[in-house]
Amino acid sequence: MKKRYAMAVDTVRCVGCSACVISCKTENALPDGGFRDWIVQEVRGAFPDLSMEIRSERCNHCSEPSCVDACPTGASHVAEGGVVAVARNKCTGCKACIAACPYGARYVHPAGFVDKCTFCLHRVQKGKQPACVETCPTRSLTFGDLEDPDSPVARLLRSRRSRVLQPEAGNKPNVFFLS
Amino acid sequence: MSLTRRQFIQIGGAAVGGGVLASGPTSKWWGLDANRVEDPGTDGDHVVATFCELCFWGCGVLAHVKDGRVTKIVGNPEHPLSRGMLCPRGAGATGLLYDPDRLKKPLVRRQKRGEDVFEEVSWDAALNRVGDGLLDVKRKYGPEAVALFTHGSGGSWFKHFMKAWGSPNVGAPSYAQCRGPREAGYLLTYGTPLGSPEPIDIANARVITLIGSHLGENMHNTQVQELAEAVGKGAQLVVVDPRFSVAAGKARYWLPIKPGTDIALLLAWMNVMLAEKRYDAEYLASHAMGLDELKAHVADKTPEWAYPITGIRPELIRESARFIASARPASLVHPGRHTTWYGDDTQRARAMAILAALLGSWGRRGGYVSPGKMALAPFSVAKPFPHGPKGVADKPKSGGYPIAGEVIASGLCDASVPGHALYDLKAWIIYGCNLIQALPSRKQTITALQNLDFVVSIDVLPAEICGYSDVVLPEATYLERDDDVAAPAYKQPFLALRQEAVPPMYDSKPGWWIAKEMAAHVGLSAYFPWKDAREYVDARLRAGGHDVAQVRAKGVVLGKPVPTCEEEGLPVQVATDSKKIELKSEQLAKLGFDALPQYYPQEEGPPGHFRLLTGRAPTHTFGRTVNNRLLAEPYPENEVWVNAGVARALPGFDHPLRSGDRVWLVNQDGARSGPVKAKVTERIRGDCVYLVHGWGQTAKKLRYAHGRGASDAELVTRYKIDPIMGGTGMNVNFVRIEVAERFA
Repeated sequence: MKKRYAMAVDTVRCVGCSACVISCKTENALPDGGFRDWIVQEVRGAFPDLSMEIRSERCNHCSEPSCVDACPTGASHVAEGGVVAVARNKCTGCKACIAACPYGARYVHPAGFVDKCTFCLHRVQKGKQPACVETCPTRSLTFGDLEDPDSPVARLLRSRRSRVLQPEAGNKPNVFFLS
Repeated sequence: MSLTRRQFIQIGGAAVGGGVLASGPTSKWWGLDANRVEDPGTDGDHVVATFCELCFWGCGVLAHVKDGRVTKIVGNPEHPLSRGMLCPRGAGATGLLYDPDRLKKPLVRRQKRGEDVFEEVSWDAALNRVGDGLLDVKRKYGPEAVALFTHGSGGSWFKHFMKAWGSPNVGAPSYAQCRGPREAGYLLTYGTPLGSPEPIDIANARVITLIGSHLGENMHNTQVQELAEAVGKGAQLVVVDPRFSVAAGKARYWLPIKPGTDIALLLAWMNVMLAEKRYDAEYLASHAMGLDELKAHVADKTPEWAYPITGIRPELIRESARFIASARPASLVHPGRHTTWYGDDTQRARAMAILAALLGSWGRRGGYVSPGKMALAPFSVAKPFPHGPKGVADKPKSGGYPIAGEVIASGLCDASVPGHALYDLKAWIIYGCNLIQALPSRKQTITALQNLDFVVSIDVLPAEICGYSDVVLPEATYLERDDDVAAPAYKQPFLALRQEAVPPMYDSKPGWWIAKEMAAHVGLSAYFPWKDAREYVDARLRAGGHDVAQVRAKGVVLGKPVPTCEEEGLPVQVATDSKKIELKSEQLAKLGFDALPQYYPQEEGPPGHFRLLTGRAPTHTFGRTVNNRLLAEPYPENEVWVNAGVARALPGFDHPLRSGDRVWLVNQDGARSGPVKAKVTERIRGDCVYLVHGWGQTAKKLRYAHGRGASDAELVTRYKIDPIMGGTGMNVNFVRIEVAERFA
């Protein structure tokens, strides 16, 4: 059966330590200043009545990826399991995808192509978890195949309240935030 | 399916229409080639199991090495402290290994101490200089006049050197500038200090109470793992903090307390639990003494009494007290770690220890548990160690600090100013601790340094302290060296190995080699009979009956699990002389201190000033990581947190302070630090400001970190000494905010 890779980010567990950010940078040998994932702290209220949500964010690997639609060369494409990927050899660095992405998930690599999260597909193909998932000390990140009803991510999304970022953008993200 | 124009065009170029959006192999570049999955190729051609030294927790890691370079560091799943997961610092160790600013060659000072002017020399020349410097001090003043400051696992080789040399003056700022008051408080109450890793069962706690501890930002890996695990299982948090910390953001109750009033809150909580009989009476009857005195002591410490002191509403105090008690005994009052705040810190730790006793959580699941330790015989050295008549010089002539369980680093610093202690210290060996930032009052530290006959520092980076040294010896990073076996007391007993992943870069050398060579240059070779660290460790492992090759491959040996709490069959262990939990401390009474914790008001700051509070960021370990360019990416500099309401009308400002504006912090004595970015936030009280410790480095050779952010250490010109154990309370400084420049 066709796979649909997805991630659940547990905002209750996440402390925003950035271990996901650093492990992504070393796993994927990212350049200085390049990030495929990042931490967002969203604070609401006024002292002392406050609440805060902490999210580890990355490309949402949308089912309706506006970045892929925007790409004039076909470099941005949908790869195995619905992973939104960039073929470096086809990318001209025009940044149309960056403008089209509602989530700011992409950056221009100094080598001239656009770079972004791949869900560590090179690891996933070898049966491993994405680097951020493996290192996360709070086990906030759950990755897997949503088409498999027994996968931890599918079970988690059935049992917990979750939401996606900016659903109004219509991109149908596959990264879900548990709260 | 509806198509946009772009989709239509794209599909037009592909072989099969509908498949383009959904699957990889069919989405082609004009149908010519399939898209490859990019493999960054960072898996090592071999992997070395070792343990991390980016902080002092000691997590097991696997270093991936490819073509002689460490490509990435991941957690060792077999190691009980990492369990395969790492914090950002652990994952960012390559940023230290490949830091372009590392010390590369031995250095000898050429100008006045502190001017940071050095000449590169050979190891032989540097070691000769060290040998001459130390022997000269020994001839004039005896071996005890040499002190060692050390922090980190490589320090064991230098501690061994000091035993051979014959000086008891070995200290680490991690006691009197950090954990010390807590250790003393729990020692007095339960007969045992807590040590590190703390013997607490966060994972099974149902309520976790944090008093000024910001676990989650303070990134002790296993503790944060357990905190998330507990929260995932539905545990609730009670967080007492003037700042809306990350933990406070997850808390059922956040008590934004007025800084310096924690003891009042703790007494009021006890008042509620005792008055409403919510404590564990049966447990206290069999394990504790002094309950009646405690009851009488807190009878008038009602929530209404605590309200004007702490700023916490009585109903919130009452409700949170009931909530904390409702989960007992699996109600963990976290002991904290950096506890040197106000000079009465041992008494605050005592109050926390007493609260834990009321909850019956000592020796119980979800509370404080008993760790186990894997014994490993020391490497036997035939020559007996010298034992001189002089004791440690870490206390003033008049004495004091009777409950100090470890050497007081700030006391060693004081003893370097002539006439302060029973005898004067004349030389320092400094291993891996930047005393300029670690000790309070930079001025005093520098005065002490200028009084010394000889200073040698051993470090990986050109830290501020190196600039005040006569000789600087470049150490290899933890990834380039072997060290002694780690065998801390832990719930799951274990041994872990430090193993070289790649050979030392530049002309740096491992600590074991430096210590051995220093010994050779002062005639103490007989105390270092091993060829290298590997031979030393292998001998210890073999003596313990371990299969050396297997241990080296895994990097860790797990001991037999031990019962850790009453629920696992271990009776409650209390190690005081009375064998009882001492709610009231007769020992303190005899020494002339309060036998039960009392609240005393702290001095307030001058008008227009804010109390300076400090803490940690998860990406940094004090100043040790601030030059790590990889870790700097998500956290490039510290910011001063200022309450949003206060920021609207700061004295001396003609406009509201905004996030990102640069400001100077100026303390009550005129000490300045900055310019530092302001973080204007609702997340902090209006009577204090907050800085992450470790920034504002003055060492010019730390080319990234130099001058970035503000240094709280620079602003700690005053401190209050805990008379019980010598800890230096540092939250007694106040700063005003001056505008530096404005960024759009």
